[in-house]
Amino acid sequence: MLAGVTVFAAAGDSMLSHGMKQAGNISLHHLQSVILAVLNPWVAVGILLLLAFFASYMNALSWADLTYVLPATSLGYVLLALIAKFVLHEQVSPLRWLGIALISGGVGFVAGGPALTSHAHGEHAPAKDEARDRAVAVSSGVDS
Amino acid sequence: MKHLYTWGAILAIVLASVIGDILLAHAMKQVGDIHALWRRSGLWSVIGRILTNSNFFFGLMAMTVAFFSLLFALSWGDVSLVAPAAASLTFIGNAFAAKIFLHEKVDRRRWIAAVLVAGGVALLAG
Repeated sequence: MLAGVTVFAAAGDSMLSHGMKQAGNISLHHLQSVILAVLNPWVAVGILLLLAFFASYMNALSWADLTYVLPATSLGYVLLALIAKFVLHEQVSPLRWLGIALISGGVGFVAGGPALTSHAHGEHAPAKDEARDRAVAVSSGVDS
Repeated sequence: MKHLYTWGAILAIVLASVIGDILLAHAMKQVGDIHALWRRSGLWSVIGRILTNSNFFFGLMAMTVAFFSLLFALSWGDVSLVAPAAASLTFIGNAFAAKIFLHEKVDRRRWIAAVLVAGGVALLAG
């Protein structure tokens, strides 16, 4: 699921940026050019991919914390850089490799922790803890 | 002047994205685990529950503002400045906002992750 978020976001963003460069500068005085930009096929496909990204992002947010989902999905930047290096044969500078390492490190940090720490209604969280405490008490009771 | 426009648009992206992310995350927690809901009551029920959630609606509005700010920013500034600057500032902003508004336990592990990712994203522009 998180992989889907990553891939759709990376592909969508790169297509959008390609399309907007073709569409040219947008002036505040010609707002209708924003509408015209949407008709550019690159921008249109980019928007479709971003919709797919949105669906998988919403799905991830339904069972995990925002501060868990965001770093996990930032692997998309790493994916973009790797595509640039191995598919487009672009030069990836040492600074960018350092950036990739930092992002991967950050993702590693958050992936080791719990996916969900909050609840929509704060008052339910203690109940959950109580349930766990009860389970622990029961299991330790069985042990003794 | 163009520089100022670009940074203004970046700021707009960051603000709108953080507001949107927080509202959407809150909405999806209210809706509940989609997989379980889908199995229990079907896809249309899931879609109906999401679309009738007011937080989802306002979150979507904020994301729309962020999207059009991104289009403006991309037409004024380089994608290598706009995308990483907006993304890394949004990461940090979201960590603060998730702690304050969503009551997520942003422990040291998650702060380090947010800072590393934000730094990494900024470096990718170099």
